[in-house]
Parts: sequence; C-alpha cells; structure tokens
Amino acid sequence: MTGDHTNQLPLEDLHSAAGARFGAFAGWNMPLTYPAGVMKEHLHTREHVGLFDISHMKLFVVSGPGAADLINRACPLDAKTLEFKQSKYTFFLTEAAGIVDDLIITRLGEDRFMVVANAGNAATDEAHLREIGKSFDANIEPLDRVFIAIQGPEAAAVLESAGVDTDTLFFMQGFEPRTNWFMSRSGYTGEDGFEIGLPEADARELLAKLLGDERVMWIGLAARDSLRLEAGLCLHGNDITPDTDPASAGLMWAIPKDLRTDGKFIGAAALSKILADGAKEKRVGLKPEGRQPVRSGTQLFDADGNPAGRVTSGGFGPSAGFPVAMGYVSAPLAKAGTRVFADVRGTKVPVDVHSLPFTQHRYRKG
Amino acid sequence: MTKTYYTEDHEWLRVEGDIATVGITDYAQEQLGDLVFVELPEAGRKLAKGDVAVVVESVKAASDVYAPLDGEITDSNAALSSDPALINSAATGDGWLWKMKIANTGQLEGLMDEAGYNAHIG
Repeated sequence: MTGDHTNQLPLEDLHSAAGARFGAFAGWNMPLTYPAGVMKEHLHTREHVGLFDISHMKLFVVSGPGAADLINRACPLDAKTLEFKQSKYTFFLTEAAGIVDDLIITRLGEDRFMVVANAGNAATDEAHLREIGKSFDANIEPLDRVFIAIQGPEAAAVLESAGVDTDTLFFMQGFEPRTNWFMSRSGYTGEDGFEIGLPEADARELLAKLLGDERVMWIGLAARDSLRLEAGLCLHGNDITPDTDPASAGLMWAIPKDLRTDGKFIGAAALSKILADGAKEKRVGLKPEGRQPVRSGTQLFDADGNPAGRVTSGGFGPSAGFPVAMGYVSAPLAKAGTRVFADVRGTKVPVDVHSLPFTQHRYRKG
Repeated sequence: MTKTYYTEDHEWLRVEGDIATVGITDYAQEQLGDLVFVELPEAGRKLAKGDVAVVVESVKAASDVYAPLDGEITDSNAALSSDPALINSAATGDGWLWKMKIANTGQLEGLMDEAGYNAHIG
C-alpha cells in the first residue's frame, strides 16, 4: 500500500473533463462514476463498449533463461507448457496456500512473460517476485504504462475502427502488437474485450479515437465492480485474501491437475493437504430474496440460526435486475438452491446459494 | 403555509403545521448515485433527532438517513418500494421518504433555509 500518498492516474485530466466523480481505491485516486451513473454505465458495457482506465494495475515483464522456472516456483502453473500468446489466470500463494494476489500471466516469447497484478498488491507482488527471483536467472521489470480496458460486445469492432487489429487474438491470449504495447483479449466484466498497456502518448492518441466513437463510454470503478460481481469474478481483498485458498475459493480450474498433488510452487504442500482433507468452506454466489442488497461483511446463518458463512461482495446487479452477492458458506451448504439467512441490520434476509456467474460470460474463444 | 428547511446531512423538510415531510436533497441523491432499495420506517415509530430513520441503498453502498427532529412517523412513501429511483429523478418531490409529527417545533430553529443550505454545499 502507498500510505498517505495517493497516486494519480496519468490520464486524470481526461476523467475530470468527462465529469468523473473520484474516490480513493487501493492508494489511487480513481474515477468512481461519470455523469451517466453506475446503472447506465453498467448496462452500456453489456450492450456496447465500456472504456476503463485501469492504470492502477501493474504490469511486470519477467524475462531471462530462468523466467519460466521463477514463475513455476511463484505460481501454481507450468509456464513451460504455455504457448506463445497464451494467458493464464493464476496466483501468488503463501506457504499455507493463502492467496497473496491473483494475476494474469502471458507468455510473450521463449523466455519472456507479462505479469498483470492488482493495484493494491503491486508493491507486495513485486517484493514477493524479487525475493523468489534471487534463486533464478531472471529479470523482473515493472513497466510504466497507461493501461486501459475496452469491454463489451462491440469492443473488437470499436478497436478495428480505431486502427487496432484484434482478429489475431482469442479470449485469454496476449501479445506485444507495437513497441511498448501489451494487448490481451481479457477483462473483468464477463464480456468480450481487450486490455491494452501502452505509453501515455500512444494512449492519448488511441483514446481520442475511441472516445469519438458513439459506441464507447467511460466506465467508473462502481460499474466495474457490479459488472465483475455479476460475472462471478473475484475481487482480491474481498473474495480472495491471504486467508483463503484456491480450493475454498473454487478456483482449482486455474491449477493444472498434475500440480495439485505434486507441485513445487510455494504453497503446494498446504494446498495438496487442503484438497485431501476437503475444503471446509466454499465460495458461492448468493441471491438475496427481494430487492434489498446484502453487502460485504454481512454474516450468514443457517435455518437454525447457526453461523453458516459470510458475504464477501454484495450489491445490486443492473443486468441481473436483482441484488447479487458472493461469499463463503460451510461446504455442506454450498449447493445451489440452499437457503441461508443474512443478518442485515438485525433483520434476517433469506438468501439462496446461486450458481456463478449471474450473467453468462460472452468471451470469444478460439 | 408551508416552509422548507434543510439539514447539514442533506435532508429537506417541508413543514405544514406540526407535520414535516422529509426527503434527501438533489445534491445528496447525486452523491449516492442510482438507488436500488429503500428501507422505509413504519408509521407510529417514534424517533429522536439523530436516529436512523431510513436506509437508502445504491448499487454500491447503503447509507443512513437520520431523523432531523424528534417526532413520530405518520407515513412513508410506499411508491419507493417498487421504484427507488424516484429519489434520483425527483428527490425533492415524488421521491420524498417519510412524514412525521413534530414533537418540538423549537428544533426547527436550528435548521437552514434554502440560501443557507446552498452556501453549505458550496
């Protein structure tokens, strides 16, 4: 974290000009909403294209003869089996298999990988990587980039209009299309979309074109949160933390099968034990009955009033049309349709365990 | 004769005799963003100044609305149950929250008029 210092986005002037309302997030002064408001911004992204400034997130290049070995030690991943351009969702884990951060790693070349880390954990992640990196012949280079996300069903068309080729990429692929650019087909909304890291001058040029396209709208952090929550995607710090592990979080799909019992990554032994014993709690979708949102931090109880779990993210789903939430319940209660009760200011609100995502993903897969 | 008062917590009160209709200001609804749920008080509930009277929930967060005066709830705006966005579209009109019987009209003296409120929000 950055203490008292609040970081400013390089493009803050563009957000101010667009009428953004700002707020602090993970040490950054971030646009929370624009004049259209969270509801319209959310729906616009699902129907057309949402443009997000995600420059608070950090890009690292890991390169050198020991790069893959370093990643294999730091993450439950086999970096050597990744194809060039292939992106993988993965984690840094503690020795106890707690989630230090969730990341996307893309293989750019034989010995060259791009790591995308969360804003709030960027400093921790860099220190973590450098500590592990001491044992490997690899270079860790944090990049100074503007990072933007272009999300929604018309994202590819909009980028093509702006002169950026997209048809070489499928979902969860990334490459370096121009000098000092990194572009991947990925995102945090459940929609088709792209994330592009690029130098500020290039960014301003590209954004001038994108913002001149009527299909494109700036989207703030508030709608980014409601979009990712409907899509069932985790927010590190809320839904996954150093106190939760990938098995409880339902994220084992991100870990290759042969590494689950016999991995050499940090946290492998603890994770293998958790899997053998069975996770005690599970991350689930939660659908409150009625219209009242159930928020992060709310405690859950079973029908007899016994503690059953907790809500880790909660709000209203503008596309779903009802309140949506995510949280952890004890493993026997994790089946979709199980009813639990949320304690909202002393009232017991009925909440049903619900499958994730709440809105279907619409990725463009190869 | 109706008179409108404002609080530092961004509420308005329209007072007629000893009944006040209470809502949040346009400035407040703008700060909160799109509202999706309102927890309304039951008629007959007695409130002391500063008690939480209503909880309004936006996509992102829940916010308390406080009783600006001592008194008793006489009515709440049932239309908000099905259409909480009325507060966004008409904060000072159809988006009113509750009506209350004022216990002590002397408490009105501590509130602001429109000019005072406009100065308050700058």
